[in-house]
This record gives sequence, structure tokens and C-alpha cells, in this order.
Amino acid sequence: MSSLDTRAMVLCALFAAVVAALGVVPPIPIGFLPVPITAQTLGVMLAGAILGPRLGFLALALFVLLVAIGLPVLPGGRGGLGVLMGPTGGFILSWPVGAFAVGWLARRMTAGTRPLPLFVCCALGGIGAVYAGGIAWLWLVSGLPLEKAAMGTLAFVPGDLIKAAAAAAVAATVRRVRPMPV
Amino acid sequence: MILGLYLHRDSPVHRWPAGAKLAALVAATVGLLAWPGWTGPLAGAALVLWLLRLARLPVKTVLTQLRPLFLIMLIFFGVQALFTDGGWREGLVTTLRFAVLVLLATLVTLTTRIGDMTAVFERVFAVLRPLGVDPEKMALMLALTIRLIPLLVGQVQDIRMAQRARGVERSVLALLVPLVVKVLGLADALTEALEARGYDPTGGVRKE
Repeated sequence: MSSLDTRAMVLCALFAAVVAALGVVPPIPIGFLPVPITAQTLGVMLAGAILGPRLGFLALALFVLLVAIGLPVLPGGRGGLGVLMGPTGGFILSWPVGAFAVGWLARRMTAGTRPLPLFVCCALGGIGAVYAGGIAWLWLVSGLPLEKAAMGTLAFVPGDLIKAAAAAAVAATVRRVRPMPV
Repeated sequence: MILGLYLHRDSPVHRWPAGAKLAALVAATVGLLAWPGWTGPLAGAALVLWLLRLARLPVKTVLTQLRPLFLIMLIFFGVQALFTDGGWREGLVTTLRFAVLVLLATLVTLTTRIGDMTAVFERVFAVLRPLGVDPEKMALMLALTIRLIPLLVGQVQDIRMAQRARGVERSVLALLVPLVVKVLGLADALTEALEARGYDPTGGVRKE
């Protein structure tokens, strides 16, 4: 981290703020689900796809820190340590890893501006890595059988796949408009 | 500016140092998770209720913070009761243990100022310095982020309005592409502004 230059720091702060802003503004309706899902996971995927693994991780780590210090940056004005310690806290705690995974895969696959590889990265990192962490947390703290814990979260996969597609399209367009060294 | 979840009251709980509250929370969490059976969660529940009274927090605010969680807890209890070997009894204990943990954590959040909380985390970063964490940079980034949130909320609202005028308010792409492009532009401007004011990312950083 000692090699972070000013621009990298500013980018991390900005993307953390983007994820927060996406939680504060009223969500684009997908509705009907008990756990609030908003555009925030889109922010996770975007941070990874646009900033790359290291800065993506740092941006989301900053965001988790904001939640931890008690800023109401989660949907519905929630925040604070209580949310992180709840049964679904693992999903939020996994966001930095998710962003890292998206960025790492995008670099590995040299996804560039191609939407399809970007979609695969966003889905594997933003859904795969995040759910792995979230389910593991749920399993650890609740003592639920692993497969039951996993089953319970399956309902959210379709919505998140749509978000991965959206994130890939956005990342592809942005990378075309403003090439960044990722 | 954005408001934190902190609720000011004149109470002993508010006056306890933030670091002590966080340390106690960690200790309570570990203790509760390690303590099997009924007694742990029940003792925890009594403690939480006593602390809530002591902190003089309005019941309504605490409940508003907890409402979404309540639903998750209910589902959680249902799943536990139906699918685990312990049945509903075991499910009740686990759910109660969780409720206590979440309430304790919420209590810390509601009674501790953002500034005090940030200071604790800065001390934690300082401890993590050998792992490559730079506390000064983390602190600056945290402050920057907190300052940038209202700005970005404004940006999102502006773009939404502009896209509504164009009839594409339901398109995620029409919101996020301009937002991210704007953010990248902002990054250039902010970097220049910071460096023009003499910020040097290599300066003032102790090398070990």
C-alpha cells in the first residue's frame, strides 16, 4: 500500500462513495424480495472491473469501514456494526473480496472492452466470491447445514445475474470511452 | 452533510470511550458464540436491555434500525426450526443469541460519534502498519469518502433527472455510464487539487 499515489487514493474514495450513493438514492425497482437488494452490488462489480483488483478491494474495504463506523450507507438508511454482525453480514463483508475477484479475473482474461468476458468476470467475482463469503458466514454463525444456507440464497442469483450483465455493459462502455490502465 | 446514526443523549454509555466499547463488543461476541445453551443468550439479553435503558435511547429509533433485521431473524428462526436437528428450541437459542449480538452492536453504533469511531479505526490501522497498511493514507481516504458521499448522491440525482427528461429513467446503463465517466473526471480534478495544495503521497510516511 505504500505505493498508493494520490490518484489511486482519490479513485478508491470516489468509488466507495459511489457504492454509498447507490445505497442512499431510491433503488431502481426489482422488488418483491425480503432482503434489500439494490444497485450496490453493481457498484462492487464496477469497482473491480474499472479499478482493477487492488484498488477495487481497497474501495470496497473503505465502504465496509464506513458501515462499521456507523454511517447509514446501506439501503433503507441502515448501517453500523449491527448489520455487519447479523446473519447476512457476510455478504457485505465479502464485497472487497468480490471486487478483487472481478478485477483479478478481468485482468487474467484480458477482458478489455468485450462485454461477454466482462460479464463472466462480474458473475464469478461479484456473485461467486460474494456468495461464498456470505454463505460461509451464515453457516458459521447459524449452525445451519451448509446446503440449506446455500439454498436460501439461491433466490437472489437471478437478480444478481441481471446486475452482472448491467455492470459488464457499463464497464465495457466506460472502458471504451475512457481507457484506464487496469 | 450526511448524518451518522449517532444519537446524542446524556448517558454514561455515551461517555464511555469508543475503544473500550468496541473492545467490549468484540469480547461479548466471542463470549456469546462460545457459550453453549440457554444461559448465555439470556444473560446477554438482560445485559442489552439494561444498557439500552442506561443509554436512554428512544425505543422507536432502535426499532427502526432493527426492523429489516427482524424479518431476516424471523426467516432465520423458521429455517432453523424446520431444518436443523435441534428443532425449534435450538433455533430459538440461536436466534436469540443473534438478536443480542446485533442489539449490542447497534447500541455501540448509536452511542458513539463518527469521529470517535474513526479515531479508533485509525489506531487499529496504526497497529496494522507492519502488514503494509498506511494509517495516514487510510485516514485521508476515509475522510475523503465521507466528504464525497453527498456530492455523489447529488450527481446520481442530477443524472436521473436528466435521463427522465430523455425518457430513459428505467435504464441502469443510462444512469451508470455517465456516473462512472463523471467520477473518472472528478478523480483527475481532485488529484490535481490535492497535489496543488502540496499533498505528497510519499511525504510524511515513515519507512520501516
